Amino acid sequence: MKLKTLLTTTAMVVCLAGAAQAKTLVFCSEASPEGFDPALYTAGTTFDASSRTIYNKLVEFERGSTTIRPALAESWSVSDDGLEYTFSLRSGVKFHSNDMFTPTRDMNADDVVFSFERQRLTDNPFHEYVPGAAWEYFNGMSMPALIKEIQKVDDMTVKFVLNRPEAPMIANLAMDFASILSKEYADAMEAAGTPQALNQSPIGTGPFQFQAFQKDAVIRYTTHQDYWDGAAPIDNLVFAITPDSSVRFEKMKAGECHVTLNPNPADLQAMKDHPDINLMQQEGLNVGYLAYNTQVAPYDNPRVRKALNMAINKQAILDAVYQDAGKIASNPIPPTIWSYKADLEDDAYDPAAARAMLAEEGVENLQLKIWAMPVQRPYNPNARRMAEVMQADFAEVGVEVEIVSFEWGEYLARSKELDRDGAVLLGWTGDNGDPDNFLAVLLGCDGVGGSNRAQWCHEPFEDLIQKAKVTSDVAERTALYEQAQVVFKEQAPWATIAHSIVSQPLRKEVQNWKIDPFGGNIFYGVDLAE
Amino acid sequence: MLLFVARRIGLLIPTFIGVTLVSFFFIRLLPGDPILLLAGERGMTDERYAALLEQFGFSRPILVQYWDYLVGIFQGDLGTSFVTKKPVLTEFFTLFPATVELSLCAIILATAAGIPAGVFAAINRGKAYDQALMSSALVGYSMPIFWWALLLIIVFSGWLGWTPVSGRISFLYFFEPVTGFMLIDSWLSGQEGAFRSAVRHLILPTIVLATIPLAVIARQTRSAMLEVLGEDYVRTARAKGLSPFRINGLHALRNALIPVTTTIGLQVGVLIAGAILTETIFSWPGIGKWMVDSIFRRDYQVVQSGLLLIAGFVMVVNLVVDVMYGLINPRIRHQR
Repeated sequence: MKLKTLLTTTAMVVCLAGAAQAKTLVFCSEASPEGFDPALYTAGTTFDASSRTIYNKLVEFERGSTTIRPALAESWSVSDDGLEYTFSLRSGVKFHSNDMFTPTRDMNADDVVFSFERQRLTDNPFHEYVPGAAWEYFNGMSMPALIKEIQKVDDMTVKFVLNRPEAPMIANLAMDFASILSKEYADAMEAAGTPQALNQSPIGTGPFQFQAFQKDAVIRYTTHQDYWDGAAPIDNLVFAITPDSSVRFEKMKAGECHVTLNPNPADLQAMKDHPDINLMQQEGLNVGYLAYNTQVAPYDNPRVRKALNMAINKQAILDAVYQDAGKIASNPIPPTIWSYKADLEDDAYDPAAARAMLAEEGVENLQLKIWAMPVQRPYNPNARRMAEVMQADFAEVGVEVEIVSFEWGEYLARSKELDRDGAVLLGWTGDNGDPDNFLAVLLGCDGVGGSNRAQWCHEPFEDLIQKAKVTSDVAERTALYEQAQVVFKEQAPWATIAHSIVSQPLRKEVQNWKIDPFGGNIFYGVDLAE
Repeated sequence: MLLFVARRIGLLIPTFIGVTLVSFFFIRLLPGDPILLLAGERGMTDERYAALLEQFGFSRPILVQYWDYLVGIFQGDLGTSFVTKKPVLTEFFTLFPATVELSLCAIILATAAGIPAGVFAAINRGKAYDQALMSSALVGYSMPIFWWALLLIIVFSGWLGWTPVSGRISFLYFFEPVTGFMLIDSWLSGQEGAFRSAVRHLILPTIVLATIPLAVIARQTRSAMLEVLGEDYVRTARAKGLSPFRINGLHALRNALIPVTTTIGLQVGVLIAGAILTETIFSWPGIGKWMVDSIFRRDYQVVQSGLLLIAGFVMVVNLVVDVMYGLINPRIRHQR
């Protein structure tokens, strides 16, 4: 035992010796980034390695919360009609440099206009600077339809003119696709005939400067000493790419990494018990649900949907599927989002009442298909198992369930069909911390036949969310969204199942870490104890 | 001999065409649309879907797409990854040296340990040593790699702290890759301790990847040796009073090596293709994990071109083995 302890300690000292001197934080990440231009991609691993380290946006989320704070824009104003957003840029913001490029000027309006116009305008020289550039998030957030024009008012002022009012606009600009790149660098690389360097050797204004990347092995960063918000307390940041969760845990115990993510649920207790590991947990910004097809009888009857909701034993699902890494969901938005209505009463688990209610509505010998996703998601770690638990629950109230599944792409496509047979298990992870991103996208009339899997278009609900879209007064929007949640619960287009709990293991020497509600990993502000 | 090599190369052409057909059409037979997978839960409008179909060239007839793929191969353009937007060839050559390095180390270990073990078992046929060795080989052959790797990590890295858990080199060492082979690059870097770190990182993955080939080679050597030891010329050698070392090492082993060489050659192909699990567990940046990820994402270009490159490599290895086989055994190259 003594020998083991001695050897382990020696190994850890050797491994972390350099880290102690130069303060190198090692993060065991899951996968390689797809590239380093965040606007081109949609994966969280890519954002961790690019927008959350190398770049800044005009506005950003406060670390560990969904609250917006000024970043590259010092301040902003919105016109009375909600159509014009004017941003005053921060002065003295320095870009990084590398072997190919040394900036000659600070960040200005040209960089901001460039960063968006390359995504928006098909004739921009950087619109297709890498083959197959699809600007997924920019398009997914309906930016081409929303933005009419982006104007450079002067060197330090930029104006966004919209086609219609959109209250979540500021939150949208805090998303990863809205990262600000250097136009000067882009021009230099275009002139050199290597425009792809923008995606492979990134230059940003962020707290960490890109140093090197070896696919599926390692990413290295150094601290940006001229960072506008003050240099980060650590000197170097290393991403050690480690796909297997058990191996990440072993590396953490051996002191080969300081922070990791997505632990295996079976390892959580061992992590809690380990003397060198601190396990942080927080509710994720997501919701897992079962969406009925509200356009097909008898599920067009809210009382039938309500009765089915009452037949589901959510606690049993939590135990069997989430293994305590989840929280029962009663609302369609997670508790970490503003306007969450905490006093909304959930449908109580009561099979007898559910059976009686179905009988009252004249529903007998009901047969229901439950669609189980073929993939694992943070909001639903095991859809098949969840469907099986529901199958048993529904059998209690006389409803016979058949579980069906398709390949993931097929599943997503077929579940959108208006005449779909069956209720779909699915979920959502928030993009921008705005309630609109859940309520309008997943339950609005525009989403019917698309992201609204319940095919539910209910006028009183739609009125509330549309009103909330066009006002920028947060108190007013909060009141509207709270009412919308009440209507949702009465109408029960979904059975809300759970919000997952995100677990993040850190070594004890890591200081000031905050769990990002968006599921990201943010290293600025994090320190290592001497 | 030249005719023999030319005939073998000629045989590669239909194999090559077969590989392009299989790699191109099989990935497309799998259900799942890469564009829908890219959009995920967020989805996209029908117009945007149609535009992306056009942009990625999936709207053209399938045979036209196949023709373009073949033309691309002959022009040295293997396409661009749908996911990372990088040329497939660039990604392949970034990752391939890591797989080759690991596979080479594994095959060297498997050969160096497997042949002597097999010879020794054959000479001591039926004795306790033979039985223990063949039982171990059976265990090694049937061991789930995933479990075996984790077990080694827990014991040697976790408890004893003798080896690092995963990766190719400690993060303390940083140098630009020159050859892509970490042992060579770390040596060239001149940084103190870098080479040693690279070697330490290679130990566990090499043992894990070598386990199955070692068992196969040991068993093959044993049975080949047993066959040869029963031949008349061995009996004659014994009758002449030659030393056991000369009989076993020179006469029997050389002849027994012919089937063993084939086995080793085949194992190289198996190793390259089968390094997936080992690479995933040990965070080894090779082509195995790259291919699996691409299949899951339906990244058609990477799958079809990656498979072609891997198959090409395996074909070349087998060709080399065939030629070596001809060199070792002249009867083979004279067969019509």
